[in-house]
This record gives sequence, structure tokens and C-alpha cells, in this order.
Amino acid sequence: MAWAKKILRVNLTKGTCASEPLNMEWAQQYLGQRGLATKYLVAETDPKVDPLSPENKLIMTTGPLTGTMASTGGRYSVVTKGPLTGAIACSNSGGYFGAEMKMAGWDMIIFEGKSKKPVYLWVENDKAELRDASHLWGTTTWHTEETIKQAHQDPQIRVASIGRAGENGVLYACVVNDLHRAAGRSGVGAVMGSKNLKAVALRGTVGVSGIRDFKAFLQATTAAKKVLADNAVTGQGLPKFGTQVLMNVINEVGALPTRNAQDVQFEGARKISAEAMHEKRPTDGKANLITNSACFGCTIACGRVSQVDKTHWSVVNSPKYWGATGGLEYENAWSLGAANGVDDLEALTVANMICNEDGMDPITFGATIGAVMEMFQMGVLKKEQIGVEAPFGSAQALLELAHMTAEGRGFGKEIALGSARLTKKYGHPELSMTVKGQEFPAYDPRGIQGMGLTYATSNRGACHLRSYTVASEILGVPVKTDPLSTEGKPDLVKAFQDATAAFDSSGTCIFTTFAWTLGDLAPQLDAACEGGWTLERLAEVGERIWNMERQYNLAAGLTAKDDDLPKRLKTEPAKSGPAKGLVSGIDKMIPEYYKVRGWTAEGVPTKDTAKRLGL
Amino acid sequence: MQKSLHIDPNKCTGCLQCEMACSYENYGAFNISKSRIKVFNFESAGRKVPYTCTQCAEAWCLHACPVDAIRIDAATGAKVVFENTCVGCKVCTIACPFGTINYVADSGKVQKCDLCGGQPACADACPTGAITYVESDWTGLGKMRQWAEKTDTQPRA
Repeated sequence: MAWAKKILRVNLTKGTCASEPLNMEWAQQYLGQRGLATKYLVAETDPKVDPLSPENKLIMTTGPLTGTMASTGGRYSVVTKGPLTGAIACSNSGGYFGAEMKMAGWDMIIFEGKSKKPVYLWVENDKAELRDASHLWGTTTWHTEETIKQAHQDPQIRVASIGRAGENGVLYACVVNDLHRAAGRSGVGAVMGSKNLKAVALRGTVGVSGIRDFKAFLQATTAAKKVLADNAVTGQGLPKFGTQVLMNVINEVGALPTRNAQDVQFEGARKISAEAMHEKRPTDGKANLITNSACFGCTIACGRVSQVDKTHWSVVNSPKYWGATGGLEYENAWSLGAANGVDDLEALTVANMICNEDGMDPITFGATIGAVMEMFQMGVLKKEQIGVEAPFGSAQALLELAHMTAEGRGFGKEIALGSARLTKKYGHPELSMTVKGQEFPAYDPRGIQGMGLTYATSNRGACHLRSYTVASEILGVPVKTDPLSTEGKPDLVKAFQDATAAFDSSGTCIFTTFAWTLGDLAPQLDAACEGGWTLERLAEVGERIWNMERQYNLAAGLTAKDDDLPKRLKTEPAKSGPAKGLVSGIDKMIPEYYKVRGWTAEGVPTKDTAKRLGL
Repeated sequence: MQKSLHIDPNKCTGCLQCEMACSYENYGAFNISKSRIKVFNFESAGRKVPYTCTQCAEAWCLHACPVDAIRIDAATGAKVVFENTCVGCKVCTIACPFGTINYVADSGKVQKCDLCGGQPACADACPTGAITYVESDWTGLGKMRQWAEKTDTQPRA
């Protein structure tokens, strides 16, 4: 079977590393990755634990398809209790790190306790040890990865690390692997930093063997790759334009939250779009985008590789930003750009680089800047407090505040707490565009109603990756629904949430679902793993995972009150576009969603539901 | 007709499907550390380049081998390592100017690309056409065609 069937347990307090067998009974119930690691977290920690205390655990986890020839089979997740939200946190990343963990012979690594000194974990197949990282503390993810590779004299090592944001307790710090892929959301990097764990470096030469039926596996993965290649989104749109293909589309449908969601359309959208990334700059005759790139095993290749104009004011004196590196994805172009009214593509690319370099979630960072800029506009915050003039549209402010936040300087220390805590402190909590303390991403719920329910009910706080109903409401996948209507959205959201939980737990990428259904995933998993993996069984596993996460959050102290959207989205109608005059119909959708889920009116899974799912 | 692996780095996305296919073909496991084709990522230039043995006509490795463990496959033209004969002396790894023949500590032998007996798994697995298996005499045909198309600059009546 495709699991390595081995867990590495690292106790940072004691400085020990130990191998133990994977609980295969749980693997049959929760599959792997997101589901299985969450099961371990639930079983081993108190949901009320302080996320930044040694009692919290942090799990890096792969799925059964991670490290195989299944398309996109390179994903891993970081699972822990999130410091930004106080809820379950599970952040998924691509690159090559996850596959390397599997090829070293591990399904997951559980970190517990807290090291006295900064350390990094070095894993070479079955050998694992903690090494001193004092010399790496205070440095960026880029420097850390390079230094570790040099120290081990092995360029084939894969590294996941935190930058200064994770060390400085930025509550939305992420874990960055392979220089510009990130387990991005909910502050998993801050948890890593709280444990004095700077990095994890892996070298795996054992490989992934034990595929249950290789012939059937090759057939299933080949057929599934063809589905991706033949699909207009995964075969053409994403490789050519990346997720940024959405910038103009979402702006046109009037669902691009602009200037802290005061507007739903951004006049500068075209200038920061995928199309703009392809165009030659007047300054140097080169395009921002160099090429696309793939994560491990991915036959879609939506990744962006960009290079900024060396003469641009933002980098003219910083040669370290002159090389090719990870370019803008849609969410980041939105959060750093439209959310703040900034339309300078080069500056946004640099802001994104800073987020990668120092390990910060660009969605929460960018959206927090949006709240800062609105408070500056209102006069609540002054230049003397912030340290810079911060009107909407200021790329200078964006970049300066990015550095200040990552490095823990001045007002950056307050931005580091996210918009919910920041706006509350200055008396304007209504300006925080968050659910459960986490900023929502690039789809305005007034223009795409299903996304309102997605944000409100996401177990890790506002997020688009828990049920991407944009696929249905805008792109018509798998069926077209009306983005302006709340009708049928609770059912739609539940179906997407359950399927997504299963996809995440398999080790494949959620972007496959523009073309794949669980019906495409099932034969691949079934050929790889023992257990009889059917579509129906995967849907049930997804639902089980969703309810387990919900129960964890309830036990952590969250309630139905936390399944709500910012007041602005419910009371200030969209000012333009197809959704003009509309607010979010969240209050209508929530009770129906609870019913569809088999939950009480208070949002608690009923005994019958829990029993049906074996919880 | 002899065929060769032909590589177009501009089409490579770095997905490593080729490395997984190669390792499975030869070792029965997805284990990119055992792959005979390697994708190099030149990060700051934004370039990814797959590289493997090009099957030299006058192969340095073959000539250097003191025990004649590297022989020509008549059907494919591939220079193939015969593991039963190889003594693991590594002289071939010194002789090869390109680094595409390497020692494998686990087996005590060297390994190199053998074109999978005429159906290279890497080319089959490549999703973008960056690695193709084409007629040796005409590996440039695709590029010629691209440039030929660009000569059509005159307006037509």
C-alpha cells in the first residue's frame, strides 16, 4: 500500500526522535494527510491548548498518493491549532518537500514540546536528528535553505523553514518550502517558531514502493492525467495564466473585494492581471512572467516564475530580488493589490517575494494592510503611529510595512497580529474582513454568494480552499449555479467541503478538481491502497473529516456565533457590477446549512450524525 | 531507424514525472534518487533542464570500461551496462564528459540510461513534450519547422 506506514515523532523538549508505526485503522477512516494528521492532533492534544505553548503539537503530513506518479501527488500539510484563529489549522503546500518526506520513508512527522535553543530537524531516510540552528535564527527562509544545503554539501536536500515572521510571532506566519511554496494560512509558521524549530531538512532515497496494483495504478493515473490535459482550465488556462486567470474574470462579475471590501470592482485590475504579467514592460522590454512551473508530480503546472524590472524603484538597490522567483498567484495579487488599491504589478511581485522570503501569509498580511489603510483614510491611524503615509494605493507603504512586519519593527508588530486584533485595538472591529479571526480571500460574498457560506463555515477561518464554489458559480464546474443567489448553496458548499477534505487527505492538489471529481480520484487511490476506495467511501471520509474538525473547534470554545461574516458584507450593498445593490445572504444560508450537515440549530453535530460517521 | 531521446528544456515544468517513471522502470519503486534522468532547476534563471545520457556514437564510457561491461544494444543503439560483468570500478564515470553514468552504492555497479529497450519510460511520462523519443537523424526537425513557419512574412495577394 502507498502509505509508508511510519511516523517520526520528534520531542523538542527532550531532543528525541523516534519512529512508530502509522495507525492503519485510522488510515482506513481518515485516509492520510489532512484527515489523518487531524485525527492524531485530536487524539493527542487538548483543544483548549494555547496554540503557541509547548503543549500544542505541529504535524507535517503526507497522503498515500504523495510521492507517486499520480498527477499533483506531491502535497503535504501542516496541521496544528492555529494562533490566528484558535481553531484547527491545516495548511497545504506543494513544491518537492512532501514527496521527499515520503521518499525518506515517513508518512508524517509529529513535533511536540519546545526546544530550549533554535534547532532544525535533519532527516536522511530512517536517520533523524535535531541540529543546532542558532546560526540560522534571525535569517530568512531563502538563506536558511541555502545554508543547510551547503552545510550538508547536498543540493538535493529539500527544506521547509520559517523566516523571521515565524520567529517574531507574526500570527499568520507560514512554513515555506522549496523557496516559494508555502503552507500558507492560519499561522502554522508561528507555531513552528514558538517551538524554536527553524527548519526541517530532508533527503529521501528509499522511495515509495508497495503500490497495491501497479498496473491498475498506472492505468488510473494515466487516464486521470488525460482528463486534466483535456480540460480547458487545467489543460490550458492554468498552465498559461496561472490562477491569475481569475483577476479580470472576478472583477467583471463584481466580486473582487477592493480597498478593504468597500468596493467590489477594482479599476486597476487589468494592470495586475495574468494578461499584464504576459505583456512586455515599456521599461525593459521584458515580461514580468518568465515561465510556468510545476510542483512535484503535477501535470497542470500553474506555478508562476517571475522576474521584476531591475530598474523598478522597489528593487533598484536590492540585487537579491533581481533573479527569477515565485510570481504572483491570484489570491496574492488580490490581497496585496486590489485589497489595498495598489495597481503596480512590479511592486506586488516584490511584496510577494518578501512574504516568501520571510514566511508570511500574503492573504492575511495584504488584507490587514487594507484595514490599516482604511483606518488611515478615516484618520483613526496617523502617519506618526504607522511610520509611513498609508493611503489606499500606496505601493511604498505596502512594501515598507511588509518589511516592518516580517522583521518585527515598529508598527509592524501590530500588523503582525492580523486585522481582527488590530482593528479592535483601535476601536473599529467592523473594519476587519475576517471570519474566526482569519481574513477572507479574493472573492466577495456579495457577488458570489456561495463563497460567503464557504468563508463563514470554513473550519480554519475564512478561506477559499475549503469549498471552492467559485468553480460552480462562475466557471460552471461541475454544474453552473447562479452566483447571485443563495438557493441550493448549503448543499453545494457541503458537497465541495466533503470532496475537498478527501482530495486534501489523498496527497493530491485541490486544483485538480477543476477537472476531476471524486470519481477520478477513487480508482487511483484504490489501485494504490488497500481498503476498497470507492467514490462513496471517499465522500464519507470527507464528511467524517469535516465533522471531526468541527467537533475540535467546538471543543476549543468556538460556537455558531463564529460562523458569521463581517458586518460590511451583510449591510453595505455592492456598489457596482452585476451584484450592485446586493449584500450577502449568509443569515439565510446558515440555518439551512446546519440542517444539511445534520447539525443542531446551534451548529453541533447531532448524536446521529456523529454516530453515522463513527465519531 | 535509430531513435534518440530529445530534450526541449523550454517545455520542462519540473514536475519530475520522468524521474519517477525511470525509477519505477528500473527499480520497481517511485524513487527519484535512483532516476537515470535528472531535472536540474536553475532557480534564479527560471530554467528547468532535464538531462540524461545522449548515447554517444563513440562512447567514452564504453571505451574506458576495462571489463567490457558496457555494450551496444544493436536494436536501439543504446550503450547498456551489463551488471553481471560490471565490477564497479567507476572508470567510466571519470571517462564520461557529461556525468550521465553514475555509481550506485546499493548494487556496487554503475547505471546509465539504456533507453528502456526502445520505449523510454521518461518520454512516455512527460506531460509537456519536453522529452521525446524521435528519429536520431532528425532531432532538429521540430525546431526547423518552428523557424520555417516564421519565414512566412510576406503578405499574400
